[in-house]
Amino acid sequence: MNAASHLLEADGISKYYGNVVALNDVSAHVNAGEVTCILGDNGAGKSSFIKILSGCHEPDAGRLVVDGDEVHFTSPRDARALGIATVYQDLAMVPLMSIWRNFFLGAEPRKRVGPVQLLDSATAKGIVRKELNEMGIDIRDPDQPVGTLSGGERQSVAIARAVYFGARVLILDEPTSALGVKQAGVVLKYILQARDRGVAVIFITHNPHHAYPVGDRFVILNRGQSLGTFEKSQIDRQELVRLMAGGRELAELEHELEAIQAEVSPDPSK
Amino acid sequence: MAETAAPSARPDERLVRTGPLARLLTRPDIGALVGAVAVFFVFAYFARGVNWIGDPGIAANWTDQAAQYGIVAVPVALLMIGGEFDLSAGVMIGSSGLLLGYLATHAHMNIWPAMALVLVFGLVIGFVNGLTVVKTRLPSFIVTLATFFILQGVNSAGTLKLTGTTAIQNIDSAGGFNAAHRFFASDLTQYSFKVKVLWWIGLTLVGAWLLAKTRFGNWIYSAGGDPTAARNVGVPVDRTKIALFMMTSGVAALMGIIEALELRSMQAAEGIGKEFIFIICAVVGGCLLTGGYGSVIGAFFGAAMLGMVQLGIIDARWDSNWTFTFQGGILFAAVLLNAFVRTRAGKSR
Repeated sequence: MNAASHLLEADGISKYYGNVVALNDVSAHVNAGEVTCILGDNGAGKSSFIKILSGCHEPDAGRLVVDGDEVHFTSPRDARALGIATVYQDLAMVPLMSIWRNFFLGAEPRKRVGPVQLLDSATAKGIVRKELNEMGIDIRDPDQPVGTLSGGERQSVAIARAVYFGARVLILDEPTSALGVKQAGVVLKYILQARDRGVAVIFITHNPHHAYPVGDRFVILNRGQSLGTFEKSQIDRQELVRLMAGGRELAELEHELEAIQAEVSPDPSK
Repeated sequence: MAETAAPSARPDERLVRTGPLARLLTRPDIGALVGAVAVFFVFAYFARGVNWIGDPGIAANWTDQAAQYGIVAVPVALLMIGGEFDLSAGVMIGSSGLLLGYLATHAHMNIWPAMALVLVFGLVIGFVNGLTVVKTRLPSFIVTLATFFILQGVNSAGTLKLTGTTAIQNIDSAGGFNAAHRFFASDLTQYSFKVKVLWWIGLTLVGAWLLAKTRFGNWIYSAGGDPTAARNVGVPVDRTKIALFMMTSGVAALMGIIEALELRSMQAAEGIGKEFIFIICAVVGGCLLTGGYGSVIGAFFGAAMLGMVQLGIIDARWDSNWTFTFQGGILFAAVLLNAFVRTRAGKSR
């Protein structure tokens, strides 16, 4: 074990579904105030990996280490108890429920009234307003259904929720994949904001152009295998793109891409 | 701006000022209220011969009928908001009443411990329903349909074997019957308003309170709205659903107890067909068939509406066969209205 242990470390994780190898010996780590990006194409094993980190699945081999201690998660609650919060691709939000009910779903604030514990909706609404405002997220009304928010707004609410609930590690599953360019930029800004508050962020994405500007470290997955962990100083954006698409296969792909890019714009930007 | 204004002090400019009426219209239960009032006035006209508005005895009749629907409609609505159905809720009334009759007349038990046993029986059936649905991931429609038919057979065969007839009689021979009758099945006033109307109102308030004010209520919404999302944030979805099934069967058992005490006998076929009435009440109350949305207060008005239809058709001296057509029409109108309200809730501000 390292002398200086990481906040969260996954060491040699493997996961099998029947005879399908979803993950084989994948390792990654993240520290407070850092962003570790997990990159990979569809089917690379990103989802399996975060499900293990967030406690939804248990690994078939390998270990999870939090603050230097090995941990075993049997449910997402265990992970959350250690401050590991996951913002899922589907956002774990119920569209027909209001923002405040969603914000506190599974961790509802309660107050004692006589012999019973009641939902403290006034406090909940106040906190939602304040927290979202602090992250610079402007919502209209905490009572409005989440289904009425835009994709970027929902993502922001989800991130604010995780940060509020004392997430030390924030796992973001493809937070930018369904968003337009501008909204993706907004979400990337919240990622940096969370990082600056000392949160360790694990950012899962298939888009190296979203990962590179915010990441401190990059783990590249391909068909369930790790292609390695790279500090930002060790890798540039093009190398990241090249590795992500699988090296050799990319040679041809890059060729095609350049051809297309030349067609689309006379001055291809990096 | 010199200083940051408190966000709550100044309303957001994107918040279009909605009048109280527009706000009300986005609530799931308002359609049911409007419908109930409309039905009331329809019969105020067509049943004017019996003084529909002014005679408390008439109101006692239809509230009695409405309470029979509304008591079980409360947990059925919660269950639907939680994303499940219970088709065995009707036949459970018969099973529970018959069990109470058996315990009182054949096992010679005092009525109070017998009632406690019947409630436990209801909770157990609900637990089995819930556990089966949660573990097999089969649609609750099919699972509880099976329970329905199993219980229906047990009710008929069991009653015939015990009594040689299709009913259990003389339940009032049990010890403690009079006290229990007063508590569950007596008349409140000289106009014979039933005490079960109070049970109906009370259970509705408890259900609405559960939904709006407790953590469990939040879990019910999420279990029906998006169970995967709810599980991911740590909501015990399976336990929530099992609890809802237990509440449904438990309250159906309570209804069976009330009927057995009131009628002092129990028919083997009692309760069959009511499972759909409960679902109609819930749907009229704004519950979506897909779960995640609805109102217990709305189900209350739904039950009131169906109770008025049932009695109003008789009071208007129409052929009572039309009752079903009315119920179907109400259901149809409610489903259309819900689809409209849901679109508004999902899209509008």
